[in-house]
Formats: sequence, C-alpha cells, structure tokens
Amino acid sequence: MTILVIAEHDNASLKGATLNTVAAAQAIGGDIHVLVAGSGAQGAADAAAQIAGVSKVLLADNAAYAHQLAENVSLLVAELGKSYSHILAPATTNGKNTLPRVAALLDVAQISEISKVVSADTFERPIYAGNAIATVQSSDSIKVITVRPTGFDAAAATGGSAAVEAVASAQDAGKSSFIGEELAKSDRPELAGAKIVVSGGRGMGNGDNFSILYSLADKLGAAVGASRAAVDAGFVPNDMQVGQTGKVVAPQLYVAVGISGAIQHLAGMKDSKVIVAINKDEEAPIFSVADYGIVGDLFEIVPQLEKLV
Amino acid sequence: MKVLVAVKRVVDYNVKVRVKADKTGVELANVKMAMNPFCEIAVEEAVRLKEKGIATEIIAVSVGPQNAQEQLRTALALGADRAILVQTEVDAEPLAIAKILKGIVDQEQPGLIVLGKQAIDGDNNQTGQMLAALAGIGQGTFASVVKVEGGKAQVTREIDGGLQTVELALPAVVTTDLRLNEPRYASLPNIMKAKKKPLDVKTPADFGVDATPRVKTLKVEPPAERKAGIKVKTVEELVEKLKNEAKVI
Repeated sequence: MTILVIAEHDNASLKGATLNTVAAAQAIGGDIHVLVAGSGAQGAADAAAQIAGVSKVLLADNAAYAHQLAENVSLLVAELGKSYSHILAPATTNGKNTLPRVAALLDVAQISEISKVVSADTFERPIYAGNAIATVQSSDSIKVITVRPTGFDAAAATGGSAAVEAVASAQDAGKSSFIGEELAKSDRPELAGAKIVVSGGRGMGNGDNFSILYSLADKLGAAVGASRAAVDAGFVPNDMQVGQTGKVVAPQLYVAVGISGAIQHLAGMKDSKVIVAINKDEEAPIFSVADYGIVGDLFEIVPQLEKLV
Repeated sequence: MKVLVAVKRVVDYNVKVRVKADKTGVELANVKMAMNPFCEIAVEEAVRLKEKGIATEIIAVSVGPQNAQEQLRTALALGADRAILVQTEVDAEPLAIAKILKGIVDQEQPGLIVLGKQAIDGDNNQTGQMLAALAGIGQGTFASVVKVEGGKAQVTREIDGGLQTVELALPAVVTTDLRLNEPRYASLPNIMKAKKKPLDVKTPADFGVDATPRVKTLKVEPPAERKAGIKVKTVEELVEKLKNEAKVI
C-alpha cells in the first residue's frame, strides 16, 4: 500500500494542515509519498522531505501549477495517482477544490473530511453539520480522501530524510487562469492551527468593537475568529468565519464572545478542548456546550479578562 | 445562454437532527425538508443573470425522490423556466449525481452550470467539482462574485487566506458560497404560476448512470456529548478555573 499526500503550501513553505494529513496517512499505514505541485516550490518540497514518516517527495515544478488551479493540478494528481492505494489531501479550500475532480477523473467516489481512520478502507466523518458521525467503507480500488486537519495530531515536521524526485509532467487544461488574489493580513496565529481562539459574534455590535478581542487575543497569543453574523454584518472579513461554511477549529481554548451558538457555528468549534462562553443571554445555546460560561455584558467582561490573564 | 442550476432537497437547516436508534442513519420521517441553502443562492444567481439579460433560459434540475418536485417548484417560483427531476429512491452519491448532471449538460448545452458549494446533509462539497471534471470544463468553486462577459466568467472565490479571482472559459461550473447573494422569497402569484411551468421526470437509467452507492455507510452515531459545564459568577473565578482547573492559559 502506498499513499499519496497532496501538500498544502505557498511554494516557499508547507502549511500546517499537510502535517495533519501525513498523520492520517500514518494511521492508514503504508509507504507515504508527498506531492508538492507548484512553481518555484523547492522550499516547500525540502520541508516536506523532513516530515517524519515520509519516504518520498514528488516535486512538480511548473508554471501551470503556480496557483494550484484545480483544472491543472487534478490532471497531474489523477495521472500520478493511478499507482497509489490512497490519495489524501487536507480539507482546506485547495484540497476541497481539487480532490473531487481527481476522484471523478479516476471514476471513484471521494470521502470528504474524515475525522478518524478505522482501517485502510473504513473511516469516520461528520455529517449534518457535525450532528452525526458516519462510519463509511469504500469499495473503490483507489481511496480519494480529504482529511479534517483538526481530527489528527500533526506529524513531526522534522526527523525525516526523504528523497525529492522531480516530476516532469506539465498539465495545462487551458480552461482557467489566475487573475489575482486579496489575502487578509494578520500577525496573529493562523486560525485553523491556533492553540487559543477568541471569537466574536453579532453581540460585538460593530467592527471597531472587535479591537477589545484583538487586544485580548494578543495577550493570550490567540487567533481571532467570528461567527457568520459578524461576517455578514461586515464587522470582519469572511476568512475569519468559524463554522460549517467557514473554518473548523479545535483549539485548546475557544472563547465565544457575543455568539449565540447556532448549529452551523457549533459545527466549526465544538471539538475544542475547553469552551468559554461570554454572553448576556443566559438562555443562549452556546452555554449548552461551554465548559465555563459567564452571563454578563461582554464590554465589561472582556477588558476585565484581559487585565487578569 | 442557458443556465443550468442543480438543487437538492435536504433537512431544513434549522432542524436539529437526531440519529436513529438502530444507527442506520438520521431520522428523516416527519422532519421539515427544504431546498439546500447553498442551492437557493445558486438559483438566485441564475435569476439575476437572467435579469441582466445574460441568461436566456434557466433550467432547474434535481436528483432525488419524487417529492423533490417540491423544491423544483420552489426554484420555478423563484424564476427558473423549467425543471427536470431525475427520480431515484436510492440516496445518490455525488459521483452518481455528477454523472447524471453531465448527461443533462450534454443534452441541454448550457453556457453556465451553477450549484451550491455543499449540501448541508452529507457535507460533501464534491458534486460541482466532479461535474466539471467529467465535462472537462473549468470550475469556480466557493464563489462570492460572478461576472459573465464575452464568453468568459470571472469568479472571485473564498479561499482560506482571503479571496482569489480566476477567469474561466465558458461553459464552466460555478459553486456558490454564502456571500454570493441574498436569495429572494417566492411571491404567492409566482408560486401559483410555477405550478404551470414544465417539469420533466426522468430516471438515472435515461442517462446510462447506475446510482448504486460505492461507499457503504456502516453506521451513523451521535457525536460524543460534551459534559455539562458550569456558569461562573465573576471574571476572577473564570480566570482561576482556566488556570488551575482546565490549565489552558
């Protein structure tokens, strides 16, 4: 059994989710190869070669893969993937964009966002916004799977010494082109990988009020998230959204401030180790999942909390 | 240009689902069903393209049980011109649905195909991508802005770090993210008119597709319950608990 892991990277370095995906591959068992498809991606490939448990790194370095357009990368992965038993990618927007295309090209089903490996062909995955956990068994010859990063502890980023092998293939489907991107700038830890997350909801009132969350987050070394209500109201950009349609996080500590706790929000954070809810409505559903709840005005509680931690 | 929109009948998003006692699935008997929220956004986008004079005809399609006709009627009431139901009683997987949609795309030759980014029941987020792959065309997934001009579509996509814009040759598949638009409500006169619009019923076999699932669901269980938490009175108490009891700060 040989497993191909598709690396999530920005050409220069690997994204953390790749390590969690390698960990899922280790749980399946077998030889693990990592594919780095990009342009000028030697740095990411070198980093992948150092991951403990990886036996080979395939580097497909070509302008066609510069922005990892699904149309191009899926042709590459489908071509390489034929000789593998499993193809894994992290369930990031990139992985979700590309892997179903790969599965269709190989004429196999895809299993989305697994949270646990039961055996080489059986996996657990959440459905209905995390309100049910399905155990599914695949009968396909090649298992194409996206991995929920928060479901697996990261593999060690160092300790491995895999060889990097160049892949000459250059697939350009000619159906799409990259125009531009607009990335939100942040000095705080990445939301999906942060140990502590402080999130604000509609109760914050406006975007300026988020400053009290930013200053609490900075004191805790935390990332700042938001509910859909806060994003839709324009308080913060949408890449901060935690939930079924945003990011799924599972930090050590999740502090929900002015968030009622709708099903769709809970889907994104209820695997956090400790949940703290700050809300003035003591009937808010968030209190049913919170380990520690405090009923009161967030504009008094948050600054006080910042002073005490 | 024809626009094809795929819609799915799912449990209403406000319903808190319960897992069946025999662990074979979730309880769907007597549960309120509705159009998947992302599909509503897809229908709305198609209708807006028609209002701008870009789309000439909107075809709504659903793969599902007989009563998915209700959701197709909703799409017709919102502005779709005609509908196709591919009726199957098996719970078709994304790959089978994508193959059926590919059959419809071959017949209808739409310029744009719009789907929701994921259905809130299976949470798969696969069908649009699979359809694009099978049809050999481009995809604009997780779209928050769609501009159609001169045989091309510019799609702004919601990605992990922010937004990305790609240009796609038409025909192409677009899957909608939440912020693409705010779906309208169907008015009563339009609901009445929708009853007279054409709705064809077909079967997967008409498209040569075997909808038998490839992935077997062995069991469905409720997620692990979180143990009941406590309410604290003061911030001092909260910090003390976090430091000494939970040891997370």
